[in-house]
Formats: sequence, structure tokens, C-alpha cells
Amino acid sequence: MATPVLDKVEAESAASPYITVTFRVRRFNPEVSAEATWEDFQLEIDPKERVLDGLHKIKWDIDGTLTFRRSCAHGICGSDAMRINGKNRLACKTLIKDINPEKPITVEPIKGLTVLKDLVVDMEPFFQAYRDVMPFLVTKDTNEPTRERLQSAEDRARFDDTTKCILCAACTSSCPVFWNDGQYFGPAAIVNAHRFIFDSRDEAGEQRLEILNDKDGVWRCRTTFNCTDACPRGIEVTKAIQEVKRALITRRF
Amino acid sequence: MSTTETTASGIGPVEGASLYDVDNPAPVIEPPRKRTKKTPKSTRGNFEMYGWVFMRLSGIVLVVLVLGHLLIQLVLDGGVSKIGFAFVAGRWASPWWQVWDLAMLWLAMLHGANGLRTVINDYAERANTRLWLKGLLYTATVFTILLGTLVIFTFDPNIR
Ligand code: HEM
Ligand code: SF4
Ligand code: FES
Repeated sequence: MATPVLDKVEAESAASPYITVTFRVRRFNPEVSAEATWEDFQLEIDPKERVLDGLHKIKWDIDGTLTFRRSCAHGICGSDAMRINGKNRLACKTLIKDINPEKPITVEPIKGLTVLKDLVVDMEPFFQAYRDVMPFLVTKDTNEPTRERLQSAEDRARFDDTTKCILCAACTSSCPVFWNDGQYFGPAAIVNAHRFIFDSRDEAGEQRLEILNDKDGVWRCRTTFNCTDACPRGIEVTKAIQEVKRALITRRF
Repeated sequence: MSTTETTASGIGPVEGASLYDVDNPAPVIEPPRKRTKKTPKSTRGNFEMYGWVFMRLSGIVLVVLVLGHLLIQLVLDGGVSKIGFAFVAGRWASPWWQVWDLAMLWLAMLHGANGLRTVINDYAERANTRLWLKGLLYTATVFTILLGTLVIFTFDPNIR
């Protein structure tokens, strides 16, 4: 009775889950060359592992100079947004098996921001736009935390979607309007403005709407939906932008 | 596990002899898209909002005007071959078609010009290029609108 069971276990352990995958990584090191180049790495990897695991294997076992950002490795900190097979994703939330491991997997830095090294970009313009929309609670009379600020469940639900943003920049760096001159506030800044504009406890909604009424504010949005497609948190980014536009228009007319 | 380099890689042995050192540092890359002191502080006002609303409203009206225009000119009554001086003279004898064509002229020109303004804002990178392209655009727009309006109102069917 025990024999067939043993056989089965042995057969399964013999078939390795590992497959060979090519990672085609966009490398850039300004201390060596002004040009960015593609470099291929072949690795043995379980297709159920993530792109981030592949990058770790490269950095730890093959080439320690490979540079990228990551902290939590679990889709929460927002550090590892990159262009994987031409689409913005979090490396830590993208499984190898989901992105066709038969072909080389391309990994590039996100677009529209200056590349500093390999997959690391300068996030300053992105956070500049974020700071510009005042992403914090503003109240007129009392800012002192004397007691809890109560809110009905419906009022909380109004902006629930936009509270989920992890500031990964996947949306903003997928937006063709942002690629052009980098002056557009970008979807992420609008999402985070939306989070406070529609919060019943906040009192600076009017001010934030005025900020987004800017020449480089919401009106530059062309409803491409790239941002909604890119968001690893599944936020309806384009819808949030549209709600801000509507709030601006109904305020005037 | 092995490493294959497809192209001549620009990645050198960073831990080995570096091209740069303390006395000869690597060039600093200016972030091209940073908001600097030179970036205008505020460009608010409602112009962009009105522009956005206008694009949508004029678009809706243009669907009727342009499709109706194309239908009448190119499809009905023997198609494009019927168009001639007599046909135009006949149509512009009626105030209805004068108003139709006038509305189409103004809306399409302003809609198209504002659309191209957006495109220029997107693609022209230097302030000077923007200035020149927009100058050209506005000149052409004003010229076409004025000329078209003039013709619609002063058209003389008995011209020799
Ligand atoms: C037939 C009915 C039309 C409709 C419904 C329509 C609608 C629109 C809308 C809604 C936009 C704004 C797109 C955005 O902001 O993302 C737009 C842009 C534009 N339209 Fe029209 N339009 C029409 C006819 C025309 C005509 C006749 C012209 C040329 C004279 C024209 C030229 C443009 C241009 C150049 C743009 C800017 C393109 C861009 O933003 O990338 N349209 N149109
Ligand atoms: S909205 Fe989504 S894609 Fe954009 S920064 Fe936030 S989490 Fe990232
Ligand atoms: S490493 Fe934190 S989000 Fe991917």
C-alpha cells in the first residue's frame, strides 16, 4: 500500500518546478556610459515566483551592480513600479507565469522620469506634484486633535477608492501627457487630491480644486485610461479624475 | 545560471577601475522635468476649463453640422458632381444655409484650433517653438474665420 504513494511523491519531486527564463533588463550607469543598454540574464526560476524574485536572483547571484528599489516586497510600499513587458507593474506583484516566460521578460524603468541608474528613477517631479495638492487634512477652526472626527459610513465610502494609493507612480508614468513635458500634475496627484476633496471632514476642498484648475491640472487629462490600467491597487483612477473635473464644472455652472 | 550580453554593454566593471573619481566626478544629470524657479508660479484661471467644456459642446453640435453637410454635399442628389457655382449660389440664397455654414465655420475652426493648441502644448518642448507654432496657428485661424465669414455675407450670385 505504501509503495505507490511513495512512487508518486518521488515522481513529483523529480520533476523540478524550475524553468529557464530570460530577463532582459534595461541597464544604465551614468558613471560608465551615457547610453542605456539591454542586458540579458538567464535564470532558473519557479514560474510561481515573482519578477522581483528574479531581480533578486540576478542581484544576489549574478551581477551585484543591478540597481532597483524595493522595500516591502508585498505590494504595500510602492517602491518597485517598473515597466515589465512594456506595462507598468509592481515587480513584487507580478508572477512569472502570468507574463509569458517563454519569451524574454523585459524590465525597464518607468517612463517620463529621469533615470538615475538601471531601474531607479528620480521621483522628485512626481512627489512635487503630490505635495502641490496638499495631501493632508485641513480644518479651519481646530487643528488640535482634541477628539475623534466622526464621519458617517456613506461619507467614508465616498472617497474609499482613492485612499488605497501607495504612491508607486505606475499611473503617472504611464500617462502620455505626463511623458510630454512632465509638467502635468499627473493621475497620482489628482487621486490624492480626490481623497481629501471628497472627505467630509476636510475643509480645503475648494483650495485643492483651484490648484487642479491649473493649466497643467485636470484639464490636460485626455481620458486615455492608461492610469486605470496601470494601477496595481485597482483604483479607478480615470473615474477619480473625472469626478474632480465634474466638481470643478458644477462649482462654476 | 549564466549571463549573456546581447549588445555591447555599456556596463563596465564598476568595482574595478572607474572612469570617474573624486577629482573627476561623473556629470550631474539635471532632471529635465523638475519645477524650477523659472517655472511660472501659477497659471490658474478658468480658461482651460472653458476650453475643455467648449471642445465637448462644439463637438456635439459639429456631429450634426458636419455629418449633415457631408450628406448634403457628397451623397444626396447625385453626389459630389452636382456641386458647382449654381449649386452654391442656390444654397446661400437661403439664410438657413448661411447660418448653418457660418456656425460650422466658426465652431470647426475654433474647435480645431483649440485642439491643435493642445497638441502644440503637448509636443513642442521649447518655449520659443511653442510661441511660433501658436502664433502661426492663431494667424491662420483668424484669417480663415474672417475670410469665410466675409464670403458668406458678401457672396454675390451675379458675379461675372
Ligand atoms: C464631428 C464631430 C466632432 C466631435 C464629436 C469632436 C469631439 C472632440 C473632443 C471631445 C475633443 C477633445 C478630446 C480630448 O480632450 O481628449 C476633440 C479634440 C480635437 N478635435 Fe474634434 N470633434 C469633432 C470634429 C472635429 C473637426 C471637424 C475638427 C477639425 C477642424 C476637429 C479637430 C480636433 C482636434 C485637432 C482635437 C485635438 C486632438 C487632441 O486633443 O489630441 N474635431 N474633438
Ligand atoms: S493611483 Fe495606483 S498607480 Fe497611481 S500612484 Fe497610486 S497606487 Fe500607484
Ligand atoms: S516592494 Fe513594496 S510595493 Fe513592491
